[in-house]
Amino acid sequence: MNLEFNIEGGNFSRAGHASSEVKKMLKQLGIDARCIKSIVIALYEGEVNVVAHAYEGRILVKMEPHKITTEIMDKGPGIADIELAMQEGYSTASKAVREMGFGAGMGLANMKKNTDELTIESTVGEGTTVKMVNYF
Amino acid sequence: MQVSKICQFLDARIICGEEHASANIERGYSSDLMSDVLTLDTDHLLLITGMCNLQTIRTSEMADIRFIVFVRNKKVTDEMLALAKENNLCLLESPFTLFKASGILYQAGLKPVY
Repeated sequence: MNLEFNIEGGNFSRAGHASSEVKKMLKQLGIDARCIKSIVIALYEGEVNVVAHAYEGRILVKMEPHKITTEIMDKGPGIADIELAMQEGYSTASKAVREMGFGAGMGLANMKKNTDELTIESTVGEGTTVKMVNYF
Repeated sequence: MQVSKICQFLDARIICGEEHASANIERGYSSDLMSDVLTLDTDHLLLITGMCNLQTIRTSEMADIRFIVFVRNKKVTDEMLALAKENNLCLLESPFTLFKASGILYQAGLKPVY
């Protein structure tokens, strides 16, 4: 089963919509609650990142027996130093994003914590693709 | 600690989820930073926050947090209310500061997450 969502950069009132839909679907499939929480927290962090930093993005969710793969692709400024961005506390978020309760520089590290596999590819000035795999 | 007791302690009122008034909550977490809330491994806790926007509701939905008390007299918007109801959340509003609300609940026996 595959799902696809579009994300609008800067639109915080829609941020989390895709993650919410994925959570509902995983619940319907009867997947373990703790596993669902890990998957959707990582996805939500990624979704918020796109809203906070990029112009637009797309989420692809691929469900297989005992495995879920989520890909978040955005068009945006990209990440110059991925290793640095993975460090807790490092952030380039705007004041507006921080005022929403995000931008503390913990998102990517939290995504890593909540996934079994995480890969990030980014080109400065073009965008970022994050791929996450969870097994259950 | 029962939700109804929390209302008494914090001079709070239930904005939605009145049916949960007798529910028991074991732990609380105070933060205005949703990034921190998303790192918690504990769920079904009481979130005490002054961050009053739609993303507080979304964060709670993702983190399996069903009880939120908004402090500092922050008012829940209609948009937040609709999303909270959709996710069966229980929202409270209190006039107290984050510090005062947290102190009272801690003293009354609500446990910290860590």
